[in-house]
Amino acid sequence: MNLHIEDFKEGQVTVLKLAGEIDAYTAPQLKEKLLGLLREENADVQVDLEKVNYMDSTGLGVFISGLKTANEVNSSFTLVNLQENVYRLFNITGLNDVMKIENTIRGGM
Amino acid sequence: MTKPFDFVEMKLPAKSEYVGVLRLTISGVANRMGFSYEEIEDLKVAVSEAITNAVKHAYFEDDQGEVTIGFALYEDKLEVMVADYGDSFDLEKVKEDIGPYEQGMPIDNLKEGGFGLFLIDALMDKVEINNNHGVIVVMTKYLQENEVGQNDDQISTTQ
Repeated sequence: MNLHIEDFKEGQVTVLKLAGEIDAYTAPQLKEKLLGLLREENADVQVDLEKVNYMDSTGLGVFISGLKTANEVNSSFTLVNLQENVYRLFNITGLNDVMKIENTIRGGM
Repeated sequence: MTKPFDFVEMKLPAKSEYVGVLRLTISGVANRMGFSYEEIEDLKVAVSEAITNAVKHAYFEDDQGEVTIGFALYEDKLEVMVADYGDSFDLEKVKEDIGPYEQGMPIDNLKEGGFGLFLIDALMDKVEINNNHGVIVVMTKYLQENEVGQNDDQISTTQ
């Protein structure tokens, strides 16, 4: 019930690779990391959620504040490789309209 | 009282570390009842949202209290009660704030913590909130075989 966070550069893109669960306990550390990366001007962050098997509204909250930070400093982030149950939350809340989301894995969305 | 039910109760410290423990428990209970994989995922999110709210109250009030969770296992449905005994919140105000993102809404208006109750309502068949002493959220999910009550999708309040 932890979240493993790893980040590395792939050319101009910063990859933020997450593994585990995003909930009230792990969201604060993710928020700190993501906002830190996004505060760099013109940063392009790819958040890889392939190994995230659980997320709730605390995770949505982190990405909402990511969006606000990114807009302030002209950086951006994309969510990639979402599991079906994680994508579903973006869909239900309508946040898939404002977030950049790519490559949903497992099943036809 | 119509049908008999089994009841499971647990108390957890009002700390975020224990939200995952509750998820393991709800998985076990729901699996035993025969809920599908997708339904179990929905239950995990809904129940986590409820306990996260309770933990947040405790945190803001600097209260190292407990959250009580009750599971009532009926033949055709699961009822989950989450109770914290912190101060009540303004329910009318909370209800005004919930809802999905609508196209064209400025991003600055989105609240980081704004989707918890909305998700509970979206993922469960029935949600009741009792706000008399602390906050008690009662959430119901029906087993798919039994279609009765499937359209009972509402938030009702007892004040």
